[in-house]
Amino acid sequence: MALTADDVKKIAYLARLGIHEQDVTAYANDLSGILALMTQMGATDTDGIVPMAHPMDQSQRLRADEVTEKDARNRFQAIAPQVEEGLYLVPKVIE
Amino acid sequence: MHNKSINQLAKSLRAGEFSSVELTQSFLARIKQHQALNCFITVTENVALENAQRADAKIANGDTGLLTGIPIAQKDIFCTQGIKTTCGSKMLDNFIAPYDATIVTQLNEAGAVMLGKLNMDEFAMGSSNETSFYGAVKNPWQTDSVPGGSSGGSAAAVAARLSVCATGTDTGGSIRQPAAHCGITGLKPTYGRVSRYGMIAYASSLDQGGPMARSAEDAAILLQAMAGFDNKDSTSVDRPVPDYQAGLANSIEGLKIGLPKEFFGEGLSASVGAIIEKAVEEYRKMGAVIKEISMPNLKLAIPAYYVIAPAECSANLSRFDGVRFGYRCETPKDLTDLYTRSRGEGFGKEVKRRILMGTYALSAGYYDAYYIKAQKIRRLISEDFKKALADVDVIMGPVTPSTAFGIGEKIGNPIEMYLSDIYTIAINLAGLPAMSIPAGFAEGKPVGLQVIGNYFTEDRLLNIAHQYQQATDWHQQIPKGFE
Repeated sequence: MALTADDVKKIAYLARLGIHEQDVTAYANDLSGILALMTQMGATDTDGIVPMAHPMDQSQRLRADEVTEKDARNRFQAIAPQVEEGLYLVPKVIE
Repeated sequence: MHNKSINQLAKSLRAGEFSSVELTQSFLARIKQHQALNCFITVTENVALENAQRADAKIANGDTGLLTGIPIAQKDIFCTQGIKTTCGSKMLDNFIAPYDATIVTQLNEAGAVMLGKLNMDEFAMGSSNETSFYGAVKNPWQTDSVPGGSSGGSAAAVAARLSVCATGTDTGGSIRQPAAHCGITGLKPTYGRVSRYGMIAYASSLDQGGPMARSAEDAAILLQAMAGFDNKDSTSVDRPVPDYQAGLANSIEGLKIGLPKEFFGEGLSASVGAIIEKAVEEYRKMGAVIKEISMPNLKLAIPAYYVIAPAECSANLSRFDGVRFGYRCETPKDLTDLYTRSRGEGFGKEVKRRILMGTYALSAGYYDAYYIKAQKIRRLISEDFKKALADVDVIMGPVTPSTAFGIGEKIGNPIEMYLSDIYTIAINLAGLPAMSIPAGFAEGKPVGLQVIGNYFTEDRLLNIAHQYQQATDWHQQIPKGFE
């Protein structure tokens, strides 16, 4: 299956990923090539096979509902691009 | 002193032949001298010398830890508190990690000296180290060749004797492939054996950290310090850690080796194939029994991997949004612009390609056709290994289809680059442990033998590798100019 330039732009928007206009065709070609590789999977019958998410089929561990982490806000926010009074700043969202 | 093993260094440090500070200074000088290899993103000279002074004091007080005072280097994917942690990306060029990865804590506690942070493919996505924001690493055996990737800085630094050993991570071959290309010993442990906490995530169901060293013996010592259950990693496996050095000397008489015919078919270069056959012959001489096996679904590993890994990557890398840490674009006009441009300017081409691929595979209408299909194929591949390993003790084959390719040779063709992962990625899909062991040279460049074992048989793999290294001296070869 081949992807068009418009497909690539749509996917890039879904991923909130800026790509240069002049690179769109190259990405469309690369992704189409990769998708062609994927079609090899289609020839294999996988009916009734359980998808495998963890190599040991281990499921997520649960822990007791207890506070174990100390507040580290100041440490974490020290590396943020823009903070004020403990809040992360972003451009205005609501007009 | 830079050619000694960890055990030899530990003895020398205690015999007072030299101090850890002297040893560290000697490695720091070598790092400076061979800067052109581009192995390091950050050299942590002050931290190293402080670590070394502390180690010398501990040794003077009778400390017996094998890693105490031993200079090591960390792949720049592991968070190091207070030290720049870039993951090879512009996105994290300004990122000072606010905490230590678990394996960093473990190695600090073991008394190791950290020389610095090693170059790597951006976010571990690459097979050549050329996707790094900090430029390609050069292979010490032939400096116009790639060192492999993504742990290329780790492999090149160990091969060039710029560090005694190093950490690496392996999502699709990123420890084994560079180890093979640089002529060192690398071990990808069983999924869940080594903590992923503080290891910047690429594909969480495949990522696994492990040791990269000059010998199986050194790798055993390093793995000993890295392995173990970690509450902070939700996929960590709670199982006792064996003594990895204890069984190194065991005989491998009667070892059953399986050779999958799919590993020796079309695509394998004749020179690499010949070396692998010779290595297997060496094992036969040591008393191993060789059996041809077949794993019919192996050919599906590349398509399955290049759905699953990008899908997980697109989810994991959504955290880089220009808000909480890392790169932020200048003068964003609104929130969408902030996200889109920060990510667009912060990520390199290969990372973007995989985010796009993964986003597509997970998007409405395609999820079942790609992601679920790939997860089903993953189980078929895993079953192939299960069947094979019920019949033989280990599987052997090449690590790579050819020796290290030239810098610039494949970077323009992503699919060709992906195909070079053919012998390594199935192991990650199955979650099995595997090693790369130096087995000879073709065209003047190292060739690695891959040994794949059953879950949690790292001790057996190290034993098998160590026995080969007692009988051969491929692992002791030193690239010219780095003696």
